[in-house]
Amino acid sequence: MNLYVLLKMVPDTVEELNVATDGKSLDSEFLRFKLDDPDEHALEQALLLKEKHGGKVTVVALDAPEVDEVLFTALAKGADRAVKILVNQSGLGTVAAARVLADYFASASDKITSDTLVLPGSQAIDDLEGELAPSLAAALNLPFVGVVSGVTLAKEQAVVTKEFAGGLRGEFEVALPAVLGIQSAEKPPRYVPVAKVRAVMKSAKIETVDHTPPDRLIRLELDRMYKPEAAGRAQMLEGAPEGIADKLVEVLANNSVI
Amino acid sequence: MDPVKSTILGLPGVLLLWLLTVAAFGVFGYRIWRLIGLLRQGRYESRFDHLGQRLWHGIKHVLLQPRIFNERSIGLPHFLIFWGFVVYVICFNWALLRGLFPFLSVPYPDAVKVAALFLESFSVLVLIGLGVAVARRLYFAPKYLHLSFDANLILGLIGLLMLSTLFMNAFRIVSEGGFTSAWTPFGSLLSKAFTTMPPGKAHTLANGMWWLHMTVVLLFLVYLPYSKHLHLFASPFNVFFSQGATRPVGDLGVIGAKEDLSAGAARWQDLTWKQLLSGFSCAECGRCDRSCPATASGSPLQPQQIVQKIKSHMVRVGLARKNGDAVPKLIGDVITEKEVWACTTCMACMNCCAVWNEQVALIVALRRHLVSEGQVERTVQDMLGNLQRYGNSFGKSDRLRAKWAQTAGLKIKDARKEPVEYLWFVGDYASYDPRCEDITKKTAGVFAQAGLDFGLLHEAERNAGNDVRRVGEEGLYEMLRDKNLQAIGKAQFKKIITTDPHTYHTLKNEYPWNGHRPEILHYTEVLDGLVQAGQLPLKRKLAGRVTYHDPCYLGRYNGVYDAPRHVLRALGLELAEMPRCRDRSYCCGAGGGRIWMEDTEKVAERPAENRIREAVALGGVQTFVVACPKDIAMFRDAVKTTGHEDKLAVKDLAELVAEAMADESPKPA
Amino acid sequence: MATAILVLAEQLRGEIADITFEMLGAGRKLASASGVPLYAALLGSEAAPLAARLGLADKVFVADQPQLNLAPAHTIAVALKAILDQAQVGLVLIGGTNGSIGIGSFLSAKTGLPLVNFGRAAKLEAGAVVVTSQLFGGKILSDVKLADGRGIVSIYPGAFPVEAGKSEGTPSVEKVDVAIEAPKVSFKQYLEPEKGDVDITKQSVLVGVGRGMQTQDNVQLAEDLARILGGAVCASRPVIDQGWLPLSRQVGKSGMTVKPRVYLALGISGAPEHWEGMQNSQCIIAVNTDPKAPIFDGAHYGVVGDVLELLPILIDKVKARKG
Repeated sequence: MNLYVLLKMVPDTVEELNVATDGKSLDSEFLRFKLDDPDEHALEQALLLKEKHGGKVTVVALDAPEVDEVLFTALAKGADRAVKILVNQSGLGTVAAARVLADYFASASDKITSDTLVLPGSQAIDDLEGELAPSLAAALNLPFVGVVSGVTLAKEQAVVTKEFAGGLRGEFEVALPAVLGIQSAEKPPRYVPVAKVRAVMKSAKIETVDHTPPDRLIRLELDRMYKPEAAGRAQMLEGAPEGIADKLVEVLANNSVI
Repeated sequence: MDPVKSTILGLPGVLLLWLLTVAAFGVFGYRIWRLIGLLRQGRYESRFDHLGQRLWHGIKHVLLQPRIFNERSIGLPHFLIFWGFVVYVICFNWALLRGLFPFLSVPYPDAVKVAALFLESFSVLVLIGLGVAVARRLYFAPKYLHLSFDANLILGLIGLLMLSTLFMNAFRIVSEGGFTSAWTPFGSLLSKAFTTMPPGKAHTLANGMWWLHMTVVLLFLVYLPYSKHLHLFASPFNVFFSQGATRPVGDLGVIGAKEDLSAGAARWQDLTWKQLLSGFSCAECGRCDRSCPATASGSPLQPQQIVQKIKSHMVRVGLARKNGDAVPKLIGDVITEKEVWACTTCMACMNCCAVWNEQVALIVALRRHLVSEGQVERTVQDMLGNLQRYGNSFGKSDRLRAKWAQTAGLKIKDARKEPVEYLWFVGDYASYDPRCEDITKKTAGVFAQAGLDFGLLHEAERNAGNDVRRVGEEGLYEMLRDKNLQAIGKAQFKKIITTDPHTYHTLKNEYPWNGHRPEILHYTEVLDGLVQAGQLPLKRKLAGRVTYHDPCYLGRYNGVYDAPRHVLRALGLELAEMPRCRDRSYCCGAGGGRIWMEDTEKVAERPAENRIREAVALGGVQTFVVACPKDIAMFRDAVKTTGHEDKLAVKDLAELVAEAMADESPKPA
Repeated sequence: MATAILVLAEQLRGEIADITFEMLGAGRKLASASGVPLYAALLGSEAAPLAARLGLADKVFVADQPQLNLAPAHTIAVALKAILDQAQVGLVLIGGTNGSIGIGSFLSAKTGLPLVNFGRAAKLEAGAVVVTSQLFGGKILSDVKLADGRGIVSIYPGAFPVEAGKSEGTPSVEKVDVAIEAPKVSFKQYLEPEKGDVDITKQSVLVGVGRGMQTQDNVQLAEDLARILGGAVCASRPVIDQGWLPLSRQVGKSGMTVKPRVYLALGISGAPEHWEGMQNSQCIIAVNTDPKAPIFDGAHYGVVGDVLELLPILIDKVKARKG
């Protein structure tokens, strides 16, 4: 199997997110990046498939702050190759990113073959233009399933579990090659000790691929970015229990639970 | 009388003695040689430094055995048996040499008055000791005592040795005409029972006793290295090479290792020779199991079993030279993961081990392997991930580390920007845990009111790495350590204050300061210093009866027992001690990363709950005083779950000091 | 904005999903404001009989073709494109649900219409539609302008009221028949959720109980409230430790991470271990006797008081309100 995991760096929401003075982007001062959660599951799913069926896991990422560490960590976890496409991910919309990745998969060395499975995370917290997985599938003209929480491989096809709502899941057969948006791996992502990552940093290399940035980075016309009204400290409901209960009923109704 | 001059079973006595001796020493030597061969397969570590210190430590703990006496019922008997054994070993070798080389013109020890008196006296004392041991086994056997065949056999053999000595003397007195001597008082006394025995028969019996004695000793020699009494030979070395002889016992660093030990032990050979020696040294006394909070709470971990299982696995697999798949896995088959993760690293086991075994390091070596394989509980993984990324286990931004200071109502210096006398290394829980925030602010207030010139590292401070290291994530520990050292290196200060005892221990004993270690103090020590110097502006005396819980990493690990007690007394409080106090303090259950782990199955009783009940049983205690932020979390939970919320308040020492410094009218603590 | 608005109706196992009504309600507002028709598309033979429920739409395009049942996103996009071309649609609303994931992206690729994800509000502004998209887990909002009101918006579930999308009216139905290639993804079977205890991660209302409930009997009060709110009871660790509720109800670090629409934290102080598991709830209401309990720092609404006193009154009021 040729397993490709697409890793995307997203702003770390543990840090306070602020809007830059242009009102259309995030203030970079305190911005830190981390791997998007579902991508971590995508990597785990790929590693599990490799352990079961053999093959090669390649992790691919666009250039972004702190991405090298993430790529080395993926190698330490068991990925075979790490590729960094030298296009700055910042400000690049989903469609443009899909375009760049589609070009990458058109290159001779990484051509899509009949046993290729491309595994992006199902979604990212900054997917303003929609998820990468279906955009890439559209660009590559490959079948796609999203919100996948389990993959088994059979001859020329994958049997995948897709999550619906309320705990209901569905089983689908997908012809290979395909793009699967991974929501969660069958097992929680593995831990890799720091010493191992450090060793890999010394012994392994990240392959880099040059690419001209696409003309249109984002197709949408962004009006403004802003923070939702600060929740801050709770709005305290005071008074006699009767009155408080009335207010609570109102709150419950406003949140459409009654 | 010379027993080797008689002919036995058609053989000249001397020849028989030679045959027996060569056979016994041969079997013994071969076994020991093979066991040493096993140790040599372990990883290297240097325990050959400070030989003078080691020797002194060895003499003290082998010859005087102070730790044996921490359990009274068996302390003195063991001490007597030990010394009886030593004297006997000397006399035996003397007799053996005399017997093997009959031309030597020295008498047998029993023919020398002083030696004879020694032998007799000790024989009797040992018999008394044995009597106590037997009575204990038969009538007062504690639950933990295993009435093993091994132990009974050894006790029987020792008894036989002592009796044969006394009876030999008695029969010889009879055979030589019944002249009693003050130098052989017990033999003389015993001989009165045989006054009617013909001298020839008495002579033969005396000879027989001598042969019996020698044969039993030689048998003993053969048997020892197959039994737990191997500790007779191994433990002196174990004590001599123990970490406690030269440096703080809680330091997990290994000196002079030739291999990278950070990946831990997947196989017994991955442990160091010293760790492997633990098994040979263990006397299976069970002190560690009885002191272990994990064991007491019903977890599968028993420290002694860890040591024993490794030993028997090593002997079984190693001597058979088994390799490959046939070998049971050290973790999984021999020791379960649950056992490995249950340890709180409280060091109660090591503190009471009479042979100075180092169970905690052993368990951490096993954990390191699990971590290197990524086999870590989900919650712990999250914590480790948080620590990697944010430098704290709370998964909060590092920039929020000193957020509490913004609302402390004080101007707190940034030690990176201006010189301070005290660098306050606040630690994760005191910085981030909302339950501790108030206490941290009060501590800062106390420092400020006492006129302490102190500052923080703010977001440059990282988790010190104590728990990380004990979870087995050595690489992450090193990363955190290096970042801290870098930040500390950029600050200007004279001394470091820590809030968390775990931090205190690691900064003080585990960070490599390259000879420039600043003075590192726990805040209780600082408060004590201020009290002594009269610099703590206490406005009023507090009233009330309190008890104090010694945090493991402050007390057992670092011997700080008195500072917090001085402060409590200075506040005017009545201090009631729990039965398990000072170095016997009972762990709250949070250490070694346990605070991040979940109890996967129902526990009998959490250590913290057990501890709260101990405090409540003192009667009349209103406040349970702690000196560790993790204790706040653990014990405030435990007073709730045990239903003592109304009776017992869990307070930090600094809170009480703040109360005594406040203006308000007095109220009970 | 001179072109029609189309809502892709979503159904699961013969039931119109709530998101459909949310979109119809939102779409109706925009359509009325700009004077354009509001259409709905019902795709698949399983969905076809449900057309009558979409009364708020001016017209429902129904493709009564079995190949469209649980069809892959790509196939749905092809069918939608056919309807778009036929009906001159400018704005398409698609549910931001697991079931509809990817459809917008394929449709965008096929039509060139821009796609806005995570839409939680939309308004008309000088002929353009301004969509508010919720990014970074809700920490930042972005207003995106769709010039001429042309585009595809994926609607965040729970962003619009469901009731506003329901109507007694009968829509006109237009049958369509779209050309479908043999899909490379095929549905095999449903995997039912594990039976047994309630899955608290799937509840829209959770009543979380902590030590402040004092006894197991009092947890029953919380159960009563949860039942009438159509939710479930969950708990912080001390309560689980007490054995008052099964492990599957634990919220927090070692338990479940939940994101209900409303989380009532009753007698929960808000220890970080618990907070971690429920912080992303859309609305957090905390009731605690301790005014300094950290839960109040993060909750949206706070009540300092005795839960046991408040609960019976609240239960009665909710019952009364529901009628």
